[in-house]
Parts: sequence; structure tokens; C-alpha cells
Amino acid sequence: MSLLELKNVSKIYGELHALDDVSLAVEKGEWLAIMGPSGSGKSTMMNIIGCMDKPSKGEVLLDGVDIAKENAKNLTNIRRDKIGLIFQQFHLVNYLNALENVMLAQYYHSIPDEKEALEALERVGLLDRAKHLPSQLSGGEQQRVCVARALINHPEIILADEPTGNLDDSNEETVVELFRVLHEEGTTLIVVTHDPEVADVAQRKIVLRNGRIAKQTVNANFTGHIRFEV
Amino acid sequence: MITASLMRRRSRMIVALLAIAIGATILSGLVTIYYDVPRQMGAEFRNYGANMIIAPVEEGFTDKAFEEGIACIADEDLVGATPYRYETVRIHEQPLMAAGTEFESAKKTSPYWLVDGDWPSSGFELMIGNNIAENLQIKPGETVSVRYEKESGDSEEVSNEVDFTVTGILSTGGSEEDYVYMALSDMEELTNEKGTLDLAELSVSGGSEKLNAYADKINSGAYGYDARLVKRVTASETTVLSKLQALVLLVTVIVLALTMICVATTMTAVVTERRREIGLRKAIGASDASIIKEFMGEGMMLGAVGGILGSFVGFLFAQAVSVNVFSSSISFRPLLVPITIIVSIAVTAIACLFPIRSATAVDPALVLKGE
Repeated sequence: MSLLELKNVSKIYGELHALDDVSLAVEKGEWLAIMGPSGSGKSTMMNIIGCMDKPSKGEVLLDGVDIAKENAKNLTNIRRDKIGLIFQQFHLVNYLNALENVMLAQYYHSIPDEKEALEALERVGLLDRAKHLPSQLSGGEQQRVCVARALINHPEIILADEPTGNLDDSNEETVVELFRVLHEEGTTLIVVTHDPEVADVAQRKIVLRNGRIAKQTVNANFTGHIRFEV
Repeated sequence: MITASLMRRRSRMIVALLAIAIGATILSGLVTIYYDVPRQMGAEFRNYGANMIIAPVEEGFTDKAFEEGIACIADEDLVGATPYRYETVRIHEQPLMAAGTEFESAKKTSPYWLVDGDWPSSGFELMIGNNIAENLQIKPGETVSVRYEKESGDSEEVSNEVDFTVTGILSTGGSEEDYVYMALSDMEELTNEKGTLDLAELSVSGGSEKLNAYADKINSGAYGYDARLVKRVTASETTVLSKLQALVLLVTVIVLALTMICVATTMTAVVTERRREIGLRKAIGASDASIIKEFMGEGMMLGAVGGILGSFVGFLFAQAVSVNVFSSSISFRPLLVPITIIVSIAVTAIACLFPIRSATAVDPALVLKGE
């Protein structure tokens, strides 16, 4: 059984079909990239997979549970327990330091554990920046804090929305390297990106257009390492 | 973590805290004044004279019965109790009504008496009503001969004549100007009769309920006299007090409403400012209950701190008002501290309801839309 399965999923706003009869299966431990132009349905798909929206039609099975039928409270619980979110704009709480930002996810999940949060920051190479506020961190460092926060509760899926959109090449490489390590450890990764270099690192890539999957490519030379075009 | 986060947002928190503290200050101050007004105004009202009269059921009563009667009134409520005994005397062969009294008490029960000269302070001194002084052309410092005559049952006359020094002329604008006032002990010596009284005036602090209770208590003692309230004084006191208290209460309610609006506005601004953060919190797993708990907890904590500050600053405010308006200090009411804190917390909690509702309505998906 796939970890995530979308069966004939549509999201309709009046006349607009943001997603139009999309079917997709993501296996446990898979690294999937989702590409597509603006308005192609990427955000809608992210919202539905991230349990922040429900489809108008179809089934969305996450770990065997049809999240399309769950109420808002259950969706919050599923999101908290099974999904780690990474954002393009990092969305760190500006008055909490790096460590507290990571502990915030623990707070809503179970009990804040400073030792575990410090270990997560160590994994992303930011142990020495734990007490720094977001304003004292570079963009790359903020995104690494965001990654630490996403993985602190050991989610089934890490859902990243344009994770390298605001980063330079060096930080982009660092973040992709973190994804590679997470993938090696068996974490399922779904990365929405405009950046072909980031998408090409993934095991599989789908391209959305007008709410449908227009193209699907499997990376035969998957290494998990980013290759920048010169 | 929570304390640190509050400290880092202190500028916004200080604004909210100030709003609550100012509201709590006004609340605590006005409630202190509300409860202290009867005492303060009661003391002011006592300047208008006696509010209770003791009059005999038949003819006169004893000074012993008088002492027993006023013992029914608590010392802190009894401003003054002045006994009077009336006899007809002759000065310059004119028959006049003389009142024997205790001048120190009379100063308390009749503080509005205006004396040209001095109040009698030693034996055989007189204070004469203005009308008599004008008719008989008597001035302060003069010595007058006071003659007392009484026919006994065997038609034997008891008569006595004593010289008194006039120390002052009494002006009140009322019937008191037709009397001659002397010390009760002097009258007893002049008449050679001790221990009887005809009337007493009492000045008692308290509202009409308290005064009625005292009057009933005195009357139940069957001392041979009735205690009656001076209705025109007690009724107007009650009316003024209740209107003043209603005004203070109204202002308190308005201030509380304004505080609530101010806190609600501040908390709405906080929610708007933190909309993206709320979205993030919900995206990473915060339930509506957690959001409510956090904002309500923050609001109630501000309410508690504001209440603590306000209850103490409010006392200083009430003290300043009392000293400037009533020229007397007020006592600290410890019970008002928890009441102010609880009301502040309640007002803040109510004020937080609308902002919290808008916080729970924030869509977590907004953090994925790059907002």
C-alpha cells in the first residue's frame, strides 16, 4: 500500500478546476518533486496533501486514512503527527530563537524536549546558532531551522513548498543535501519547486498543468546530489 | 519560553498592560471612593446639625437615662450628643427662655452656630441669642444678673439670682437666637434642681437605615423618651448619597467598558499582527483549543498583572481624590485587591473573545501561499 494515494481528486472553485481528476501514489521513502507554472494546481495539491484543505471530489489516502472525509480537528491532528512542513519564506516566529522555534513544533505535538531540539539543530549544522533570533540568521540558516522544525516530530512525510526559492546556490546545495540525508534515512519527501535543478535531484518528478498531471519522469540516475548546470 | 517570548514582544505587551492597568486603577480607585463616600459625605453632612432628636414621652427625662440611651450608639458613629434643659429666667426683668446645655457637645451637634465673641468655657458664663442681645442691648463681656423663680405647690416661691458674664452672641438665623444658653451645671445650680433634661440633639454618622436601627434600639430601651430622626436632614442625606454613589457606579461601568474596548482593540491588533504566525502555528499542528488557550492565557496574564498594578495605583488615586475633595485620607481595603484582579481578568477575557475568534478563523494554508 502506498503511503499517500490521490484517487481521482478534483478541487473545484465555481467554474475553475484547480485540480482536475488527479490520481497519484507516493510510496514510503520516496522523493517526489512537483513542478508546474503558476496556477497549475501545485498549491492546491500541497494544501490537500498537507491536510489544510479538502478535495471537492475523490479520495486522499494518507497511511490508509481518507483525509477527504476527516473533520478539521482530525486534519489538524493528522498534520501534526504525520507531516513536516518546510516553507519558501521559512515562517519562523520572529520573537523566538532558533531552538524555541524547533521546540514550538514539539509543544503542539507532545512535550518540548530541549535536548532533542538541540540534536535536530545539530543535524542541520546550527547547534552554535541555537540561541539566535531569526533576524540574526542568514536565509540559509533560517531554512535549516525550518527543516529542523519539520523533522523534529519524525513525520511520515516532509512537504516542502519552494524550499530553495529564497536561497543562493550554496544554501540551496546545503538544503538539498539535508533532503538527501533524510531520504537515505527513509523519510518520504514531497518537494514543490520551480527550480529544475532541485526537481531533477528527486527520484520522480511530476509536472502539473491546468490542474492535471501533464508529465511524469522517473530519475534513472538518482543519486540525491544536486548538479548545477554551468 | 513563554516568558521570553512575552519579553521580546514587550512594546506591544506594555501597551496592552497599560490599558488594563489604567482601567484597573480607575476601577479600584472609584470603587474605593464608592464605599468611602458615605463615610466622607456623612462627616460633611454632620456640619448641617443634628439628625436625631431625643424628646420625652411625658415630662422630661433623667440624665442617667440619657447616658444609657446614647450608649446604644457605637462610639465611631456618634459625632455628638447634646442634652438640653429649658427654664424660664429673667434678665433685666424680661422673661426669657434659658437653655442649659454642654457647650463642647453643642459645638459638634450644631457646628453651624455663629458666635460673636467666645463660647462659654467656664462657670457662670452666658451665650445669648442675637434677637435677645439686640432687644436688651447686651454685648459680649457684660455681666448680667439672671433670676430664676419657680412657684412650688404650696405657693412658696423658690427664687435665686446669679451673675453671669456674657461671652458671646449667637447667630443662627433660626429660633436659637431667642434663647439664652448657659452650662447645664450652672442651670442646675441656679434652679437648685439636678438630673433632669427636656431634650437632646444627636449627630450620628450613617445612612437612614443605620439611623433608624439606632433609633429603634434606643426606643426599645423604654428610657422615658423617644428617639426620632430629623427627616429633612436624613432624607436629603440619603438622596444625595445615593445619587453620588450611582454617579460613581456609572462612571466605573463606563470606564470598564472603555477598558474592554481598548483591550479588545489592542488584542485585535496583536492578532492581525501575528496572523501569519497563527497560520504557521496551526500549520504545524496547533489546534483551535491551543490557540484559544495561548491568547486567552496571555490576555488573562496581562489582566492579572494589570489588576495588581491597578489595585495599588487605584488606592493612591482614591487617596489623592479623597485628600483633595474631602480633605481626609481613606483606609486601604485589602478585599479590593483580589476583586480588582478578578474583574481585570474577567474584563480582559471578555475583551479577548472577539480577537480570539478571528485568530481561530485564520487559515493555516496562508503560510503556503507565500503571504
